[in-house]
Order: sequence, then structure tokens, then C-alpha cells
Amino acid sequence: MKTGLKKNDVLLIIIILAVAGSAYWLHEKIGTKGANCITVKVNGRIEGVYSLGEDQEIEINGGTNHLVIKNGRADMTEADCPDKLCVNQKAVSKNRESIICLPNKVIVEVDSSENSEFDAVSN
Amino acid sequence: MKGRAAYFGVFTALALIFSYVETLIPISFGIPGVKLGLANLVIVIALYKMKLGEVYLLSVVRVLLSGFIFGNYFSILYSLAGGLLSLTAMALLSRGKRWKKSFSVTGVSIAGGVFHNIGQLLIAMAVVETFHAAYYIPVLLVSGVVTGFLIGITAGEVLKRLINVF
Ligand SMILES: [Zn+2]
Repeated sequence: MKTGLKKNDVLLIIIILAVAGSAYWLHEKIGTKGANCITVKVNGRIEGVYSLGEDQEIEINGGTNHLVIKNGRADMTEADCPDKLCVNQKAVSKNRESIICLPNKVIVEVDSSENSEFDAVSN
Repeated sequence: MKGRAAYFGVFTALALIFSYVETLIPISFGIPGVKLGLANLVIVIALYKMKLGEVYLLSVVRVLLSGFIFGNYFSILYSLAGGLLSLTAMALLSRGKRWKKSFSVTGVSIAGGVFHNIGQLLIAMAVVETFHAAYYIPVLLVSGVVTGFLIGITAGEVLKRLINVF
């Protein structure tokens, strides 16, 4: 059996990387504009919108998750979920970045205030 | 055939071992539940050594067993979507009339790695109902290519040596 790359293999790799590259470019292009607030959703519903510029601590979902906003970054510091994946995630600060706690159905998302108003209306 | 059943058992056991190893590797893409797809190595090898129906069975059995042993309801959902989408993509490239012989094991495995991650992303989008999942596409695609490439090279080497055994 030959294991060397064939022409189609190389083509496939190039196409996938091109798609990845354009998705990244698109995200950077629209993603970094006006990231200034944190939207907290529980079970798909918006529980609150908080400013990223203001240092604060937020109890989410009646205390199942604890979010800390400090120096323009939001970080999940405590959670009662079994996997603790949300706590292990790095702090978020860029538009559209998110911390997700699947067991508790909690989503913390960076947003621009215009966007989240639009989201709130469209939801 | 007795021999086939024995091989199926060996492949299942191997796939389980890789699933276990995967739980020990602390790589996170920022999406809970999304995994690297190391167990795909066994599936790639099986793809070239077993009937397609058997490979699908192996894939499902692997996901269910490892899910019950190492994971939870969500990890089963993620692995199943990733595993089946990945296997379908690989089966098309390695056995489809149109593509037959035009992709090497490595190319087939790369497609598998990428679609493994796409399947998981689709589940993530469905479960958490967020549009921003698109943010994760680049990292999932690139990591799919990298794991797929490494798995493909390894699978190719294993297949070279396996060829006389079967
Ligand atoms: Zn959590």
C-alpha cells in the first residue's frame, strides 16, 4: 500500500485550509468591532447583559455558575457542573467569543451592545 | 466466520483503548464535548480491512461503549455525530465510485478528521442554540487536518504491515 500523498490529497488539504482561512478572516473582520458587553444566556434565554468595562462578579442561573468580569475580560471562576469545562476555559474578551457550560445550559458571550439589543429583539 | 468475529473484537478493544487515551489528553477547543478523534485511527484501518457495514457497526459500538464507560449522554451524542459523519466522508473518498483510488489513506483520514469535527460542531450548535459557533470553524478545520494527517500516516504504516496477516 502506498502512503505518499496523492494530488487529490493535497487539493483537499488546500481547500480545507482555504475555508478555515476565510472563516478566520471573516471572524476577525466583523468580530473585533465594538466588543463591549457580556450577554449571559440560560437555556437559550438572555438572563442579563453586563458591561465589559466595569469590574463585577455575576451569579448566573441562581448561583450554579459564577462569572467574574475584570480588566475587560470575563472568566467563569466557579460552577457546580460535573465536568468543570466552563471553568477551565480561558477568559473571553473578543466579540463573539463565548464560554459555554453545557450541563447547566449557560452561555456567556462577548457582544457589542448594538448586537445584543438586536438579539434581544429578534429573540 | 469465526475469524471475522475475532477481528471485530480486537478492533473494538483497540478503539476503546484509544477512546480512553483521548480522555487523558487535556486538549480543549473551547467547546465542551468536542474531542480530538484519536479513536479514528482504528476506524481508518478497519475501513481498509473490513466490510463497510462492519465498520459502521464498529463505529457505533465504540461510541456507545466508550460513552458509557468514560463519558456521558452528551459525549455519546457528540461522538456519534462526529463518528458517523466522519466515517461517511471517509467511505465516500475511499470506496465511492467517483473517488476510488484517487485519495491516499492520508487524504481519506484528513477528510475523516475534518468531518469528525464538523459533526461535533453541528451538535454543539443544536444543543446550545448559538449562532456564534462559526467562530470555532477555523480551529476545528485546522485541527481536523492535523489529527487526520497524523492518523493517516500512522494508519498507512500499520496497513503496510497488516497486509499479510489478513
Ligand atoms: Zn460548566
